[in-house]
Amino acid sequence: MNAMKQLVCISKTPDTTSRISFVEDSTKFDTDGIQYIMNPYDEWYALVKALEVKEQVGGSITVINVGDASSEQIIRKALAIGADDAIRVDKLAEDAGDVAAQIAAVAKNEAYDLIYTGKETIDYNNSEVGSRIAAHLDLPFISYANALSIEGDTFTIARDIEGGSEVLTIQAPFVLSASKGLAEQRIPNMRGIMMAKRKPLEVKEAVAYQATSKIVEYEKPEGRTSCKLVDPDNMNELVRLLHEEAKVI
Amino acid sequence: MSILVYAEHLDGTCKKAAFEAVTYARKVADEMSLPCIALTIGDVGNAGELGTYGADRVLHAAANNHFDGQHHAKQIAHAATEVNAKVIILSHTSTGKALAGRLAVMLDAGLASGVNSLPDLSTGFRVKRSVYSGKAVATYELSSDMQVLSVMGNTFPAQANGTLAQVEQVESVQHESRITVQSVNKADGSVPLPEADLVVSGGRGFKGPENWDILLQLAEALGAATACSRPVADSGWRPHHEHVGQTGVAIRPNLYIAIGISGAIQHLGGVNNSKTIVVINKDPEAPFFKAADYGVVGDLFEVVPKLTAAVKAYKEGV
Ligand SMILES: Cc1cc2nc3c(=O)[nH]c(=O)nc-3n(C[C@H](O)[C@H](O)[C@H](O)COP(=O)(O)OP(=O)(O)OC[C@H]3O[C@@H](n4cnc5c(N)ncnc54)[C@H](O)[C@@H]3O)c2cc1C
Repeated sequence: MNAMKQLVCISKTPDTTSRISFVEDSTKFDTDGIQYIMNPYDEWYALVKALEVKEQVGGSITVINVGDASSEQIIRKALAIGADDAIRVDKLAEDAGDVAAQIAAVAKNEAYDLIYTGKETIDYNNSEVGSRIAAHLDLPFISYANALSIEGDTFTIARDIEGGSEVLTIQAPFVLSASKGLAEQRIPNMRGIMMAKRKPLEVKEAVAYQATSKIVEYEKPEGRTSCKLVDPDNMNELVRLLHEEAKVI
Repeated sequence: MSILVYAEHLDGTCKKAAFEAVTYARKVADEMSLPCIALTIGDVGNAGELGTYGADRVLHAAANNHFDGQHHAKQIAHAATEVNAKVIILSHTSTGKALAGRLAVMLDAGLASGVNSLPDLSTGFRVKRSVYSGKAVATYELSSDMQVLSVMGNTFPAQANGTLAQVEQVESVQHESRITVQSVNKADGSVPLPEADLVVSGGRGFKGPENWDILLQLAEALGAATACSRPVADSGWRPHHEHVGQTGVAIRPNLYIAIGISGAIQHLGGVNNSKTIVVINKDPEAPFFKAADYGVVGDLFEVVPKLTAAVKAYKEGV
């Protein structure tokens, strides 16, 4: 196997413990007091798998983010974990299609062997960016990869399907989205953090993009009003409630 | 013009996800006064059945049964052009998710994935989907000529009231696949978690994998799928594909029974769209009770076997 040129797409998302609320007549996400993190699927699985591939066959890892200067914190973290260099396309994306179009515009001229995304972001949960990039570049897309190994020039990949997994083989180049199990999270060490400061981060201008979707309103789902407690010694009563009241069994 | 729905199948049989997608497509078609056309790809045994769920026509393109998103998207895009599709509908499954973005790019279409409402056509084309891992719902406005929607499972129950359709063969698009599927491994016997109506889920309260029989017996008595919290999967007590929550599988069954799970915000993110939630926990202060419809405060090692017995007694009674 030749050395591989890898690209890992990273996204900035609100921390998982964030309280979600909206402002401006429920049309905008309230960013007040929100802490941001690198999207867990991108960090824990996609980036670390790219590192493992590089450790096995050599080559380089570039991380790419579409965002404004506030993304630099997560980009530096990705460099600290082990990416070689980074690209930030300077734009607050309008929708998932925008993110993919920007990344594809960069990747088009670079001939990456492997392009990774997380299986979804934990904010919009679109799960669209990987398949869109693959479409722009006319490459195969392997969604929800949970294991990847290389032998010769062949990749063997397992991916999540409903209630199981599918195993396939493929040769580069292709796009994949990373699911749990693909790799084990790595914590950046002091040396990585120091080195990250000197690694190259290129800021690129965005290409033109015509958005076709827009969020016009947010709502909070209705919470559960009250929890009915059932006596632990009377499970017949719980079964009765599930049958007669909730009508779910 | 028409509504085109891609009816996916597993091993040659269209299942619940496909029936739900066709049911949804039928409703969209009625709303827009357009015909509803279903497409199947591969060697599908029961394609005609899609008629009973509301497809006016069922198209079939021959292919081998291995899923290659690049190939399937080409075939769907080809059909979309042939039938002049206004909206393309997919299931929001591993298959649908691999296709949705690609089709949107290929056809220059707007996309809303994982939708949980019918389109509102009163002002443009608006549709709702869950965001922030179930913590909010967003209304999307799609402004393109053609739209792609993937439909969240367990949201629009499949309704069969039509008649079997005649299956029409259509031309297969040529594609040199770069993917070779080696094997498809289904978790043994059980119901696939994302499709399940009933789910029994266990957390660290079980203390170890050796105690899982208690949970499995309840699941079996109910005919439920099994799930778990993240630390349970991370410790290898249960397989990864059972991990539900914000960083695992998101599910919305009719009934979710959470046993020995504290109800951390990241766990709730993947399950709080369930219709009914039952929580069994020995700690009355466990946060999960705030997100539950029914709660049992007690030791799971005593409560769960009693619940299993009660379920069995009920099932024998009906
Ligand atoms: C970025 C991030 C993402 C995450 N994503 C997820 C995710 O997707 N899914 C997820 O589940 N977690 C996720 N987590 C972890 C989450 O924060 C919690 O740590 C986890 O859900 C706790 O699992 P648990 O409820 O099984 O264990 P615990 O929190 O330890 O709870 C065990 C519960 O069992 C009860 N119990 C103990 N013994 C008994 C008994 N004998 N009878 C009855 N009850 C008993 C206890 O009272 C307790 O409430 C994430 C965390 C982070 C930081």
